[in-house]
Amino acid sequence: MSGGLYSMQSKDFDKTLDLTSVKPYGDTMNDGKIQLSFTLPVPAGDEAIEAAKQLIKKMGLDNPQVVFYKELMPGFTFFNCYGSCTHTVDYSTIYVPKVESGVMDMHETDIFIREQIGRKLVIVGASTGTDAHTVGIDAIMNMKGYAGHYGLERYEMIEAFNLGSQVPNDEFIARAIELKADALLVSQTVTQKDVHIKNLVELVELLEAEGLREKMILVCGGPRLSHELAKELGYDAGFGMNSYADDVASYIAQEYAKRASIK
Amino acid sequence: MQSKLGLDFKRVEHARGVAGKIAAEVQGFVEGYTTVAVERTLCRLAGIDGVDESQVPLPNVVVDFIKERGVLGEGVLFHIGNAMVATGLSPQEIAEKLSAGQLDITRLPLAPADKINEAVMKIAAESIKIIKSRRERREDYLKTLGEGKRPYLYVIVATGNIYEDVIQAEAAARQGADIIAVIRTTGQSLLDYVPFGATTEGFGGTYATQENFRIMRSALDKTGEELGRYIRLCNYCSGLCMPEIAVMGAFEGLDVMLNDALYGILFRDINMQRTMVDQFFSRVINGFAGVIINTGEDNYLTTADAFEEAHTVLASDLINEQLALLAGLPQQQMGLGHAFEMDPDLENGFIYELAQAQMTREIFPDAPLKYMPPTKFMTGNIFKGHIQDALFNMVGIWTGQGIQLLGMPTEAIHTPFMSDRYLSIENAKYIFSNMRSIGDEMEFREGGIARVRAAEVLNKSIETLEKIEKEGLFSALEKGMFGDVKRPRNGGKGLDGVAPKGGNYMNPFINLMLGGK
Repeated sequence: MSGGLYSMQSKDFDKTLDLTSVKPYGDTMNDGKIQLSFTLPVPAGDEAIEAAKQLIKKMGLDNPQVVFYKELMPGFTFFNCYGSCTHTVDYSTIYVPKVESGVMDMHETDIFIREQIGRKLVIVGASTGTDAHTVGIDAIMNMKGYAGHYGLERYEMIEAFNLGSQVPNDEFIARAIELKADALLVSQTVTQKDVHIKNLVELVELLEAEGLREKMILVCGGPRLSHELAKELGYDAGFGMNSYADDVASYIAQEYAKRASIK
Repeated sequence: MQSKLGLDFKRVEHARGVAGKIAAEVQGFVEGYTTVAVERTLCRLAGIDGVDESQVPLPNVVVDFIKERGVLGEGVLFHIGNAMVATGLSPQEIAEKLSAGQLDITRLPLAPADKINEAVMKIAAESIKIIKSRRERREDYLKTLGEGKRPYLYVIVATGNIYEDVIQAEAAARQGADIIAVIRTTGQSLLDYVPFGATTEGFGGTYATQENFRIMRSALDKTGEELGRYIRLCNYCSGLCMPEIAVMGAFEGLDVMLNDALYGILFRDINMQRTMVDQFFSRVINGFAGVIINTGEDNYLTTADAFEEAHTVLASDLINEQLALLAGLPQQQMGLGHAFEMDPDLENGFIYELAQAQMTREIFPDAPLKYMPPTKFMTGNIFKGHIQDALFNMVGIWTGQGIQLLGMPTEAIHTPFMSDRYLSIENAKYIFSNMRSIGDEMEFREGGIARVRAAEVLNKSIETLEKIEKEGLFSALEKGMFGDVKRPRNGGKGLDGVAPKGGNYMNPFINLMLGGK
């Protein structure tokens, strides 16, 4: 099962990088190598291996190799596999919408707010709906922050209110009004059965119904969220994995200043 | 016992003494009150079950009824006992009639106290018998089938559908899991009732219902018999229905229950008065049913820093131990919690983790400690995650933890796939076997990193306990002394379900359950 090892077979494909037709890289340009693992609901055996190989081919991978398999329980077999991808993508024409403000550190953001806005920005955040996870909102808001990036509570020019988890959307809005929020941060961690989408959309609808949507900057975040998805759902911005308080704070500060200058 | 870390056990005893005083003060409060959840539990112990036509559980119907009439503090058993004498009906029949609007149990002529007492004691004896036989059934299985070696391998299933959970649980048991925890659907902890019947729809988990407990327990019995190894079942006695879930678990033979008021206060914003009262009765039930409780200190380290705040975990473990003792739970049923949550970038982080785990082991020698895997610093890089879990498993076997909650390489991505569980169990089995006796072989150098760390954590936790003793636990929680989370005494969910006990109040189960097996 280790046919690729010490292979002397000549690699008769073009080994120059072409950004209009990019494919995965193993150890040689354009070799297309992909590793994948999955479970099939069939008993282990030769038929299972063949089934896995056929599936890999259908995914568009040549030279499918099953390097490991194991029956997890009767009727379910787990596979580790390799193959060479036949598809390519045109990298040169890709456009991904992004949060376009520059990222400033805490100190710079504080100075920016002080000079451009002249008062503290009020930011109210929560993990809303039934979502019980505070890890995301805490990472952005808590004083301590995450991975060396201080949270919003530590910013001199930000008044940060972390409402915690499982905050119903209507209660979230009520608190936002009470605290005179300039921006709302919604964290969503649980994504099973797209519960986060329903919940995020509900908040937008409620804000629109109350006529508040345009009065606040609305931002969402979570490991399975992107800026593109956030825009689609009616948010001003979305922050996915590897985003920190700096990203969120500098966006809100600059967006607020931009809106104030238009008014 | 000789401490491998050179711990000063006199200091440990001092810490226990302080924690004991903190717990006693809480208990003084607890004994004066009842809650809607406690009363619903008593309904269930009286044999009331089922739902009305709008799916409201009958225990809720009965308890809401007496609450609306302002007599919650007199308790359900007094009213039901009195109604039994007056009508000759069973508690279930009384509940059904009440639900149909045919009976007002608060307006019946009062029977003599000894008659009411006699009626209540009779039904109490029946449910005590059921719980006892459930406990004996487990003990019998453990004698005949046996069980896995410690640390027990604990994995979760969380499909939302109890029948799908059964398939996942069976696969995990076959791969070597000793404990299957059925994660509850997100938000269930905030429901002030327990849903009824088998369920197939949940978010991030499956509803805890008595029927779901029964389905899973009987599937694990079958698998366990086949494998020749008893498989324990775990659920969650937390949130607004702590004692109700406890009694449902006791009826259906659950083996392990998350059961920690402090966790509910800090991480679910449940009112502290409510949940402390609920916790006491739920622990009495768990103690009597032979259930191992798990406490939630590990969660402090998901919001606070694991290195800086380690002492709050130990302080809380010591308080939880004392509260559990007051509820009749022996050390052997205390799965006190702690976690492997240090930043992987911290130099010598492994040694600090090792020191803290060994320290916890030595301070609670008889407790089946619950050791939680890394979650906070799991990144989506499944390959590194698998190694983080390996380090966690090494500490687990090295320090003789009781219950090892297996980390999944896909933590922070999705609820575990069947294959994730397999990889994690393989990881743990490999390390546990390959390093089985490492703890007996290795010592910690005098003056070395581990010994210094353990002494430091112990000292800081004593300082914390002394501060809490001065403040009282409730006001310590208000000041955010655990997990950096602050909660007001009169805030949070569930306070309106608390009432001071009235003159007729009765709950014979406390004595029956604390009075021995």
